[in-house]
Amino acid sequence: MPMGISARAGRDIVVSGTLSDAHTWNLVFLELLLRERGHRVTNLGSCVPDALLVAECRRRRPDLVVVSSVNGHGFQDGRRMISEIRGCVDLERTPVVIGGKLGIGGADDGSRETILRAAGFNRVFEEGATGLPEFLDYLESLESEVLL
Amino acid sequence: MTGFGSFVAASAASGMLVVQPRMGMGDPARMRKGLLATRSAAATTVGTITLDSYTRLGETGAARRALTAGEELNGYPITVHPPGTTRGMLAGVMDDGFPVQVRHGSALPEAIFALLPALGLHASEGGPVSYCLPYSRTPLREAVRSWRRCCELLVAARDGSRAAAEPHMETFGGCMLGQLCPPGLLVAISVLEALFFRQAGLRCLSLSYAQQANAGQDAEALAALGRLAGELLTGTDWHIVLYAYMGVFPQSPGGAQLLLDEAARLAVRSGAARLVVKTTSEAHRIPTVAENVLALETAAAVADHERRAPPGGRATADTGVYAEARALVDAVLGLSPDVGEALVAAFAKGYLDIPYCLHPDNAGRTGSRLDADGRLHWSSVGSMPIRPEPAGRGTSIGSAELLDALSYVRRTFDERAFDLSAVSRPPFRGFGEPPSRVPLPDNQQDGAPLP
Repeated sequence: MPMGISARAGRDIVVSGTLSDAHTWNLVFLELLLRERGHRVTNLGSCVPDALLVAECRRRRPDLVVVSSVNGHGFQDGRRMISEIRGCVDLERTPVVIGGKLGIGGADDGSRETILRAAGFNRVFEEGATGLPEFLDYLESLESEVLL
Repeated sequence: MTGFGSFVAASAASGMLVVQPRMGMGDPARMRKGLLATRSAAATTVGTITLDSYTRLGETGAARRALTAGEELNGYPITVHPPGTTRGMLAGVMDDGFPVQVRHGSALPEAIFALLPALGLHASEGGPVSYCLPYSRTPLREAVRSWRRCCELLVAARDGSRAAAEPHMETFGGCMLGQLCPPGLLVAISVLEALFFRQAGLRCLSLSYAQQANAGQDAEALAALGRLAGELLTGTDWHIVLYAYMGVFPQSPGGAQLLLDEAARLAVRSGAARLVVKTTSEAHRIPTVAENVLALETAAAVADHERRAPPGGRATADTGVYAEARALVDAVLGLSPDVGEALVAAFAKGYLDIPYCLHPDNAGRTGSRLDADGRLHWSSVGSMPIRPEPAGRGTSIGSAELLDALSYVRRTFDERAFDLSAVSRPPFRGFGEPPSRVPLPDNQQDGAPLP
């Protein structure tokens, strides 16, 4: 690939729910949002077993994995999920982010984000007024990144 | 002795709308109190036992651990409590005048259905499509097999000498995804699941439909559902059950109440015999028993008022919902004499294709949108054997439009409530933050968040 040409080019993105979460509107919304921005999206849907996500990521080698959870168990599901992903040599450096309503106790005091990032997520986007704008900023930085 | 279906039929014959809550508690004593409160509400009620999410997924161990640890479950773990405990919980509560339905949301519910007859419970709901595609990754073929066995379990326990033991099954097919599924497809799936139940030996059925975003379109859909059921469900007793709106709920108590009132009026006008209510706190949390009772009594009062109102001469316009549903049902039934096989084949061919449903067995080639009046239209029909919408509607919906459509009912009813109270209120400053986050519609059918 010629250097610099991929600025603004679409990325291969995997969108996934978590094992315990049957909600799907959040996943449909993310798919539409990412497609509108020119990305190629594989939407794994809801109730995704960890092993399925890992297998799909190994097969597709995506540029980004977006995990979304809104049932309040995203913190537990996410920690387990990311350790499976990072435990796979092929996926050690794949950008993986998580967002949504990650706990049942309402807003995060910062400890959930710290633990999830320490466990291997690149970014954590909690629901609320800032979650989506922060995710869009993150996408922007990813989109303008020059892949060598 | 009367069973669930005959209780509803008798109530309808005497002009009473049966109202029903969504309700499930982990603790048997609290579950009993909830049922007793439902029973003694000033309304014609039936009881609900909603099962918890662990039980729904067949994770009995997790439900037992949570119960032992004293954690709150979001429903009644019927496979964990000993049968004697559940029979005791129901003793003196469930009887001829107060039948109880078990609601579960499980794609593979055999363990649940195997228990019900011995507990004296004979009424449940769901379906191989409606509890598989939206809430699980279970292959549709497996769900069909499982649901057929469940029907057989209920039928085998039928005791001809006791009418109360006549098994009743309700199809949840008219509620697919809660919102944004055009009514022709909702009606078709409701009827097809009812036909599946009949083929499996059930004789007492109900067909669901969930209130959408335009009362006129909903009235037409309910008329189409009744007409199709009359034409196709010969040899069974059936009634129609309306679900109060299941999507993103108004945030203001006034807006929520207006929406619930509209559901009760719709049920009466369209001849539904039973209404499953929500509460004004729907947008914020799982309702309390008192809130549920208030919702039941308010719905009953609104229904009573509507029944006494002079007929408004509001003829239901025919925009083609019946024809669409009939075309879908006929095409599916043409695929196999076995309704279960026909359903599996129909999804594989895309004859049935639910918009925005991400299940691996759903083709995912259809799309829908709301117009300015809240009517649902197809933006794309994929391979379904129905007429595409006129040109101009064919573009697919974007992320901003999706958020807008998902919150249409919330917005509309919150605004309506504000307009009604505007004279006595300070200037309108909006209803808090716009939905900048991904919306959290209640896509579990029983109001409780998933685990």
